Amino acid sequence: MLESKSVTKMFGTLAAVDHISLSLEKGHVYAMLGPNGSGKTTWMKMAAGLIKPTSGQILFQGQPVNIESRKHIAYMSTEPYFYSWMTVKDVGKYYADFFDDFSYDSYLDLLRQMELTEEMKTSTLSSGMMAKLKIAVTIARDAQVYMLDEPFNGIDLLARDEMRRCILQYATEEKLLLVSSHLVEEMEAVADRAVFIQKGKLVENVDLEEMRTEMGVSMADRYRQIYGHTEE
Amino acid sequence: MQFDPMSPIWLQVMTALKTDIAVGKRLPGEKLPGGRDLALAFSINPNTAARVYQELEKEGLCETRRGMGTYVTGDADRIAAVRWEMARQAAERFLSTMDTLGVSRQEAARLILKEDV
Repeated sequence: MLESKSVTKMFGTLAAVDHISLSLEKGHVYAMLGPNGSGKTTWMKMAAGLIKPTSGQILFQGQPVNIESRKHIAYMSTEPYFYSWMTVKDVGKYYADFFDDFSYDSYLDLLRQMELTEEMKTSTLSSGMMAKLKIAVTIARDAQVYMLDEPFNGIDLLARDEMRRCILQYATEEKLLLVSSHLVEEMEAVADRAVFIQKGKLVENVDLEEMRTEMGVSMADRYRQIYGHTEE
Repeated sequence: MQFDPMSPIWLQVMTALKTDIAVGKRLPGEKLPGGRDLALAFSINPNTAARVYQELEKEGLCETRRGMGTYVTGDADRIAAVRWEMARQAAERFLSTMDTLGVSRQEAARLILKEDV
């Protein structure tokens, strides 16, 4: 569904993403893992069509990502992106205007699950509530691909549980979910595949249950094996 | 449910369901949650949940009726056999620990019967 063909992104002389070739299929939840600065966010932004690769290309259903593919790819970035005057309701309306696939009913349902209300002002939300709002507004779209960049950052344990439930509700056979996280343990049972990125390069794209069966290691163990002896 | 992330998660959820079936917490012929509901109940990936039912079916503990969902088998003998098999495996694990500790079978039996050793 999403295919990265030898994608490279240079920032000056630094290759933030270095010849990543990767094929992601629908019906899976991928954990995208790697230390800070390994290139996860840069790759996601290219897949979302927000920045262009220096070389190589990313295909969505066989076509290079562009304005058209953005209609089908929902991306949640790490940066906060709501105006401070907005209420939770305004945020929903703003998204509804922007995206044809946005469902206000799903949005309301997600708000309820996450204990947010329409009247709340975004400027008064705690960081945890803001993180929940970002997820809600992203997955309320009926997209084919959801890319969530660090959804668990700065969120307490209970909110992380709610968030995992919400992610799982929207993980159907027809959809592709890609979630980056530093909190590797959070994704252990939710993801069925893991993509490990190191210094802009793809290390591996593995089936997690197969890895547990064959190697007797968890995703967190594998993370330590790959990155344990390099600088963070 | 807390998982051991080092062993397959489908196996751990399957064991939980097997135990429920073996002890009658889930009755013969009872409808089991759909794959998606199972995934949500255990907070696991839907593909992992699907695997749980495939494996339970292989063991003859449940059956999927087309368009109707998954049901606990009505075969009481099969359930009894699985319960006994689970008990036998637990005993084997116990005995293996006793062997490691150098505890004789007689001493182990006294432990089981809670006689003072």
